[in-house]
Amino acid sequence: MASKRGKKLETLKKQLMDITGTENVDDSTSIRLAYSYDATPNFQSLPDFVVSPRSAEEVAAILKKCSETSTPVYTRGSGTNLCADTCPVQGGIVLLTKHLNRILELDKENLTVTVQPGVITKSIADLVEKEDLFYPPDPSSMKISTIGGNLAENSGGLRGLKYGVTKDYVMALQIALPNGALIRTGGKLTKDVAGYDLTHLFVGSEGTLGVITEATLKLIPKPETQKTILALYQDIEAAGRSVSAIIAHKIIPVTLEFLDQDTIRAVEDFAHIGLPTNVKAILLIVQDGPKEIVARDIHQIAQICREEQAIDVQLAASDEEAEKLATARRSALSALARLKPTTILEDATVPRSKIAPMVRAIADIAMKYQVRMSTFGHAGDGNLHPTCLTDARDHEEMGRVEEAFAEIFEKAIELGGTLTGEHGVGATKAPYLEWKLGKAGVDVMREIKQSIDPSGIMNPGKVFAKETQERMAAAK
Amino acid sequence: MMTSAQKASIQKAFKEEMDYDELLNCMRCGFCLPSCPTYIETGHQEKHSPRGRIALMKAVTDGVIEPDDEFAQSLDLCLGCRACEPVCPSGVKYGHLLEGARDILQRNKKQTIRVKMLRKGIFDELFPHQNRMEMATGLIGFYQRSGLSKVARKVGFMNLFPESMATMEKVLPEVPKRSVMKQRPHFFAHEGEKQATVAFFTGCLMDTMFFKTNNATIKLLRKAGCDVVIPENQLCCGALHGHNGELERAKTLAKQNIEAFEAADADYIITNAGGCSAFLIEYDHLLKDEPEWSERARQFVTKLKDISALLVELAFHKTHRLHLPEQTITYQDSCHLRNVMKTFNEPRILLKAIDGARYVEMEGANTCCGSAGDYNIVQPDMAMQILDHKMEKVETTRARTIVTANPGCLLEMKLGVERAHKTGAVRAVHIADLLVEALEEP
Repeated sequence: MASKRGKKLETLKKQLMDITGTENVDDSTSIRLAYSYDATPNFQSLPDFVVSPRSAEEVAAILKKCSETSTPVYTRGSGTNLCADTCPVQGGIVLLTKHLNRILELDKENLTVTVQPGVITKSIADLVEKEDLFYPPDPSSMKISTIGGNLAENSGGLRGLKYGVTKDYVMALQIALPNGALIRTGGKLTKDVAGYDLTHLFVGSEGTLGVITEATLKLIPKPETQKTILALYQDIEAAGRSVSAIIAHKIIPVTLEFLDQDTIRAVEDFAHIGLPTNVKAILLIVQDGPKEIVARDIHQIAQICREEQAIDVQLAASDEEAEKLATARRSALSALARLKPTTILEDATVPRSKIAPMVRAIADIAMKYQVRMSTFGHAGDGNLHPTCLTDARDHEEMGRVEEAFAEIFEKAIELGGTLTGEHGVGATKAPYLEWKLGKAGVDVMREIKQSIDPSGIMNPGKVFAKETQERMAAAK
Repeated sequence: MMTSAQKASIQKAFKEEMDYDELLNCMRCGFCLPSCPTYIETGHQEKHSPRGRIALMKAVTDGVIEPDDEFAQSLDLCLGCRACEPVCPSGVKYGHLLEGARDILQRNKKQTIRVKMLRKGIFDELFPHQNRMEMATGLIGFYQRSGLSKVARKVGFMNLFPESMATMEKVLPEVPKRSVMKQRPHFFAHEGEKQATVAFFTGCLMDTMFFKTNNATIKLLRKAGCDVVIPENQLCCGALHGHNGELERAKTLAKQNIEAFEAADADYIITNAGGCSAFLIEYDHLLKDEPEWSERARQFVTKLKDISALLVELAFHKTHRLHLPEQTITYQDSCHLRNVMKTFNEPRILLKAIDGARYVEMEGANTCCGSAGDYNIVQPDMAMQILDHKMEKVETTRARTIVTANPGCLLEMKLGVERAHKTGAVRAVHIADLLVEALEEP
């Protein structure tokens, strides 16, 4: 392979090896294939190299080299991404954070923990909870996902309603920039208005601006106690109304999860924990805090659910049972995947007062396009996960699935919501971004991207689409 | 190195034979990653994870990549422990995919004459023939009893073998004389009130090298009120063949075993080896393409139970006094007993019922010890790395007795004890032997 491109790649490989050591640059077929995908269906593309830097300095040096050679860089933790953000759609290098996997410091005076990006999210939660501290963001994949991925995607989770999402717990970052600079933003500070808030520009930037090489996260005291209840419904909308009613009563539970019948059945089929499969919907509700307050809230929540036609309300008998319920809920997406060969999940989000109309709209849209759609999600914060069960081999049906999702996006925006609550824009929603932000809004982002990453090496093919999807004839 | 003809033939076989729906069933969520010992031990290398291996199999099937040596290595390094299956929300049958893929690779391997002869020797000539197994292990017994083993150790003969095998030789149990093995009856009557008739799957290795454990198992079954039948024509379960890409031979063994146990007409078929039972319980899958066998296989499978599951079902631990001198005990799951047979509570229930012994759950008891059939022989480096990490976990329990439920695991834990220089202070035992000890302890 004496082609020009082949030669160029050989040179780059040598240069990368000079930075990270020969053992940390790999271009074998199997390795390239193993990093050609993430958890997003229908996306696969082989990178040219897989590079595993051992330090922030090495990351910066790699980015500099890639800028010089216009080589795309796709940063990857555990590859649990759901919007194809870690899929190397334009080749180039996949940059693994696996060597940057240390928890650097637990500061009990300032209540912070400082970590490298390759640390598994759950291991941070476990470590701080041993000290009676609490890192609340808990994406469903927290046992697998890396904190770097959570930061890049600004991941949410089951506790978002009360505690917010990843960005609410980031105090400081170290970032490697495409020009090879390493910068630090923020600090162990509650108040800090020195300049633009770069910390929160990079959190949720989906790997399109730089690589986060270190993060200092905020911790809070661990809640004293926690209780879980299940409310069962034969009417999906009654479940939706209960969500709005609970919030309207000024109760903010930690978790307020919605599962429809398809999801309940799939989850039960996997977890065997005795979920009632004969009901149309379940709300899984968790409250935490001081004992008396939790007891009072749970009592009131149960009452509200009954008033809204819950056919039954059950209290989890023990912590183990509650944990089993939460674990089962985390498996919902993958459990649904057992029903059909392809599972496409989105996370359109609406203001929580609009949950009931959104749930209804999803059902209507599924009917209209004759596609099988299950819905579960974080109803309490308006973040739903309409999930389409289909078969990628059926091109005609896939076309209808795409149209159905477009209409769901449209509806969510119409209700004052957004395209994506926590999974990111990535490649999957890029064509729709302008629907939410308008052209001027996307342009501002494009200019920011251009100024930080002028060579366009950081996660190219994501967030910014070549063409915006044409809006459906402003239906309805 | 694979030749291009081999590659083409492998690719063709993947296209024709791999279960494509099952490959598609993996939605790549990654929930399997934390459960995979080789993913963890290799420092999170995707190609050594279940998700990565399935992606590789699918890519070869789709023609995205050509199969090569690295592809084969990725599949070879898999322990086959199947810890990824219970944690897979999509219910992907990884074990079946692996078995199919290994079968294809095996058929297309260009083996040296020596390896070919060895494989033929082991898979065709040795394991399927119980009397030859008895002879072979009988030789080990002669070697042990004659004092030759001492001489061999002294002159350093064993140093010629890989370190793991050399240590393994030290921990092999004492094999009884062949004449003793031959004399065992084929029927044992129940004691007390009769509860059931069971047919005992004695296993080829269990019934030679672990003859004593099999006798303990028979004793427990009788005490639990079972008539015990030992079908004479039973053979090796075929697991080693199946896991090593020798599926046709495995099928032949399966059919012979189904026939042998049909004749016994028992309520249950009992095993005391997790590795065998996990293979036996999938006879219906193994023979799914042979309609005349599928119903017979299904009958066989529904009767199958591990000894611990039956003892708990018959409330053995409530009706018998189990007592041991004061000691801490811990349990190492057999991966296949846990992940395929789904038997993991029962051994713990039995162990916790022993007076005098304190049961301590070991962190990571549910992950593979590195034995994984013949894995410790073909992948010694990874196996030893996994084992040494396992022994660190054993150490924190401060257990004096490590209990297992499968011969491979038992040998591996014995090896671990030897490697950790704990011989004498810590012992590894089969649960059946420990229960008999607890029954007989005054």
